[in-house]
Amino acid sequence: MIQFILNNQIIRTAVNSGVTLLDFVRDHNQLKGTKIGCREGDCGACTVLVGELKNDAVSYKSITSCIYPLGNANGKHIVTIEGINLSKELNIAQKSMSESYATQCGFCTPGFVVSLTGYTLQKTAGANTVTDAISGNICRCTGYKSIEKAAKLVDDRLANNKEVNKLGWLIKEKFIPNYFKHIPEKLKTLELKTLKKEGVIVANGTDIYVRHADRLSEVAVHLIVEDESLKGIEMNEDICTVGANTTVSEILDNSQIRSFFPKLKSFLKLVSSEQIRNMGTLGGNFVNASPIGDMSVFFLALDSTLVIKNKAGIKRSIQFKSFHLDYKKYDLKEDELIESISFKIPLKDTRFNFEKVSKRTHLDIASVNSACKITMKKDVISEACIAIGGVAPIPKYLSKTSSFLSGKIMSTEIIKQAEAILQSEITPISDVRGASGYKRLLARQLFFTHFIELFPTKIKPETLLDL
Amino acid sequence: MRNIDSYGHVRGESLFVDDIIVRQDTLYGLTFDSPIAHGKIKNINYDKAAQVDGVIKIFTHKDINGENQIGGILPDEPLWAEDEVHFMGQPIAFIVAISESIAKKARALITIEIDELPVITTAKEAKEKGSYINAPRSFMLGDTEKAFTNCDYVFEGESFSNGQEHLYLETQGCYAVPMENGNIKITSSTQGPTAVQKIVARVLGVAMHTIEIDVIRLGGGFGGKEDQATPWAVMAAVAVQHLKKPVKYILNRHDDLRMTGKRHPYESTFKIGLTKDLKIKAFDVEFLQNSGAAADLSPAVAERTLFHATNSYFIPNVSSIIRSCKTNLPPNTAFRGFGGPQGMFVIESAIAHAAYKLGVDKSEIQEANLLTEGDEFSYGQIATQVEAKACWRMTKEAFQFDKLQKEVALFNKENTVLKKGLSLMPIAFGISFTNTQMNHARALIHIYQDGSVGVSTGAVEMGQSVNTKMLQITANTLGIHPSKVKLETTNTTRVANTSPSAASSTADLNGNAVLKACSALIKRLTKVAATMLSVEEEIISFKDDKVFVNNNKSDLFWEKVVEQAMSQRVALSENGHYATPVIHFDKTKEKGHPFAYHVYGTAITMVTVDCLRGTYKFDAVKIVHDFGKSMNLGIDIGQVEGALAQGIGWMTMEEIAFNEKGKLLSNTLSSYKVPDIFSVPKEIDIIPLETLGNHMAVLKSKAVGEPPLMYGIGAYFAIQDAVKAFNKNYQPKFHAPFTPEKVLMSLYADK
Repeated sequence: MIQFILNNQIIRTAVNSGVTLLDFVRDHNQLKGTKIGCREGDCGACTVLVGELKNDAVSYKSITSCIYPLGNANGKHIVTIEGINLSKELNIAQKSMSESYATQCGFCTPGFVVSLTGYTLQKTAGANTVTDAISGNICRCTGYKSIEKAAKLVDDRLANNKEVNKLGWLIKEKFIPNYFKHIPEKLKTLELKTLKKEGVIVANGTDIYVRHADRLSEVAVHLIVEDESLKGIEMNEDICTVGANTTVSEILDNSQIRSFFPKLKSFLKLVSSEQIRNMGTLGGNFVNASPIGDMSVFFLALDSTLVIKNKAGIKRSIQFKSFHLDYKKYDLKEDELIESISFKIPLKDTRFNFEKVSKRTHLDIASVNSACKITMKKDVISEACIAIGGVAPIPKYLSKTSSFLSGKIMSTEIIKQAEAILQSEITPISDVRGASGYKRLLARQLFFTHFIELFPTKIKPETLLDL
Repeated sequence: MRNIDSYGHVRGESLFVDDIIVRQDTLYGLTFDSPIAHGKIKNINYDKAAQVDGVIKIFTHKDINGENQIGGILPDEPLWAEDEVHFMGQPIAFIVAISESIAKKARALITIEIDELPVITTAKEAKEKGSYINAPRSFMLGDTEKAFTNCDYVFEGESFSNGQEHLYLETQGCYAVPMENGNIKITSSTQGPTAVQKIVARVLGVAMHTIEIDVIRLGGGFGGKEDQATPWAVMAAVAVQHLKKPVKYILNRHDDLRMTGKRHPYESTFKIGLTKDLKIKAFDVEFLQNSGAAADLSPAVAERTLFHATNSYFIPNVSSIIRSCKTNLPPNTAFRGFGGPQGMFVIESAIAHAAYKLGVDKSEIQEANLLTEGDEFSYGQIATQVEAKACWRMTKEAFQFDKLQKEVALFNKENTVLKKGLSLMPIAFGISFTNTQMNHARALIHIYQDGSVGVSTGAVEMGQSVNTKMLQITANTLGIHPSKVKLETTNTTRVANTSPSAASSTADLNGNAVLKACSALIKRLTKVAATMLSVEEEIISFKDDKVFVNNNKSDLFWEKVVEQAMSQRVALSENGHYATPVIHFDKTKEKGHPFAYHVYGTAITMVTVDCLRGTYKFDAVKIVHDFGKSMNLGIDIGQVEGALAQGIGWMTMEEIAFNEKGKLLSNTLSSYKVPDIFSVPKEIDIIPLETLGNHMAVLKSKAVGEPPLMYGIGAYFAIQDAVKAFNKNYQPKFHAPFTPEKVLMSLYADK
């Protein structure tokens, strides 16, 4: 039995946990405002909000309901466009959209309104820009300028908030309907039952639901996302350990991790969209085993260690770079799960860079992505760890290139020599993300770019590229 | 006035086909389509699929009572394949089951054996094999052969533009319901309700009056639902005819991407001749249109390519030919611009090529050849009320183009790995269906006895806000508050024999029909009011819900006049019919006056290319656009911005890919990317050109749907400009879209 609050109504349902939340709201509850655009999480027309009770308050995030298992709504507040409507007038996001001519055919509009409203509900509106909040919403009609205007209107109204009780303020200012204030209490009254722990293992579904939503709607699913042992970000001396269930957004929200990587925000904004970052977990990204997985490449360059546990609770550790074996093959047995990934907290002299190029800069799969961690001892590279995606059957740790660089004095010439080794380590194929020749050139470019970005005074593009 | 639907849209209350609450006995359809692009069907086994619990029936061509033929322009496309398949994704059968998921399971159990035949995927290959849809078309002006001999410079080259997926956010779909006496009502997401009605009747072997098509609104169309909304509705209707139960069929995104046609890819060769003063004296062009496996709208699209082969320029000697090449891709179809953008890309390529060879700025050649009053197009129409130079001049002045050029030059001097590029893109786009007989529309207006008004037209609302414009015209002409007017769904029983909502002409045609109907009603009400007030009819007018006498407000209300008219048995309904005057075209001579008028404009595009990564960002697009006298500038600006973004998408990131077997590789939203909020220009400035408007446009407010898409072509040449600034050895190629892949390869080609 799954229990949650859908808008202002308590739902108790025996529908299979693996059914998508989208189908549940549209077909089982006849709430037709949430639209079906792609069923891939790639258009945002089905965006809804998920509110989770944390310390007496509910924190909301936007997700794409087309690839979200119904079971994950258990114990949460799910808000669709209908749950945002005030009885007789438009809320601030709606009014802003309407006034800015930001709706044409109207099919994507509810998704934008939900995302914008979700933005107004976020606790730390400062961390995210209003544009980030709608980064996962595609509109084919407007060209977005009118939507940008609407978003700015929302942002400006939000900037007026000076009250402590934000929810009350949002209600008073007509951002959200009145019933939101009763949701925390209402959520507490749900007597939640644990869902069955058998079947296909699913975290938040962002990958598996893209391909297998039909099947998962009918079979048993084992939802692991509430598993406490897979959650959390911890620092222990010089090691940072991140639970496999951690989402990309949670990494971004962690101030300590942000302090290790000052440019983290700009790196991770290249990873999918707001909605998907709110859902996609590290463990999911690793076992999806895409040769181009952004988070795999990121953690490979951190020379990370995986902790894997089996059903009996027996744990083993392996180097992350030995996890991926071949295309979509990895070192994980039937009864095993990734528990966490850990990495050495970067030292003062350690520099880190992440690069990604895709057809569309945001919400796209890379043609090539790469991450690079370099530790310097004066002019000498004491350690280099470089990973690259999209140029091999697996997300590739460039072991030869990395070890070649280690111990060398940083220079343009050394980087050029290392690039030749890089080319010998990669085996790109031609596909819809680019021809192999392009990927080789792009691999070179991104490799060079790491050094140009990390050592701007020492390494100049002119000399590196013979311009 | 804002889009009248916006209140419902932002609340999620606007209804689309998929949102209709269905009858309890509704069944669900799904297409089984060809897994092979070309071949003879040897054997299909439906047994296992038919046995799946919940499958009601699997329909094939054998179940068709009428003709198995859905071709619009040419009868060359079956609804369901019989012996041969001609593209991957061609419908073969239609599974009807009690749920979509059951239908999907059944589909997976159908087995098919096909003897494969050679597959053609490119237009060039089709030409080599003589595989065409129809005879080529050719427009001629002057004598190119002679003119080339008198040119100081002659250059030849080639140009390619790829297809484009419509990616309407709402996929194709319909809901067909049996009515009494064998009649069928279909709610369809179509731009052409009459086309659906006609083809359904043909395939079912019934009269058109038994089929009612209703369209609430579309979640985007862009041409993709002009002809290609039809087959799905026909399939559902065949099933309803047999089963006497409602059938719903909404395509899932992957089926939609795989089975529907797109913008036509074009492979073209050109020869351009100029004199020393940069005047283009001769232009010779051959367009190879990749039409796909059936005609669909390709012949009409081809025609429009020829109409726009010289864009906004006067070229005295033109020789143009287009071949609609039959390939084994899904039949390509209408897409905003309808062949015009493809034609314009080639002339812009030719000019860029000549500029590169001559070492001059592309804009110098463009500027030297802009259309002037009285110039003749290659199809014989004389250009009048020409705004080409006015737009160009105003763009350069208002946005300080010279200053921008200097800024860009300085930026490029100071930066090694970031380079900026600039382009100017003028447009001239003809308004009217090029097929003269389609330029008509009707409106049915009821004034109800309480004074409220219902308006039905042939216009389909798909986001372009045509209903808002119809409402504006009604309220203005009747002199009543907009809240008194309601726009009805588009329905073939209220407004029949309509042309599709296409060619940017929907507001012009239907708006003029509304205007005529309202004028007739006002004439009758004027008579009533004059009697009531005992004054002459000539001094009566209606405004602000009141009757005015000699422009002075009287005490007589709109409602009172309507009530009186009712009691006097005056007709309060009116059907307005409008057919565009003046236009004509003789296909035997390929000459005439096909367009009511042209829309003009000029855009500046500025881009910054990251020469390390091969990526780019558009800093700004600055446009002077000829709206005529816009009746709703807010809505029209939205059309310009949206069309521009779509045009930029076509020129940059939207890359359709088929493999050599004719399989679509860009078959998901994760492999086909359309612009998102970060990839549109940071700044879009639009200045309306001040003109007196054009009396051929409804209320002098010019059509706006398609023309601005072609500003997007400027994106290609702006990127090219930046690439040249980085790589002096770069030899310009014209091969759109300019993806990050092509940018990076160009940046480092021969470097």
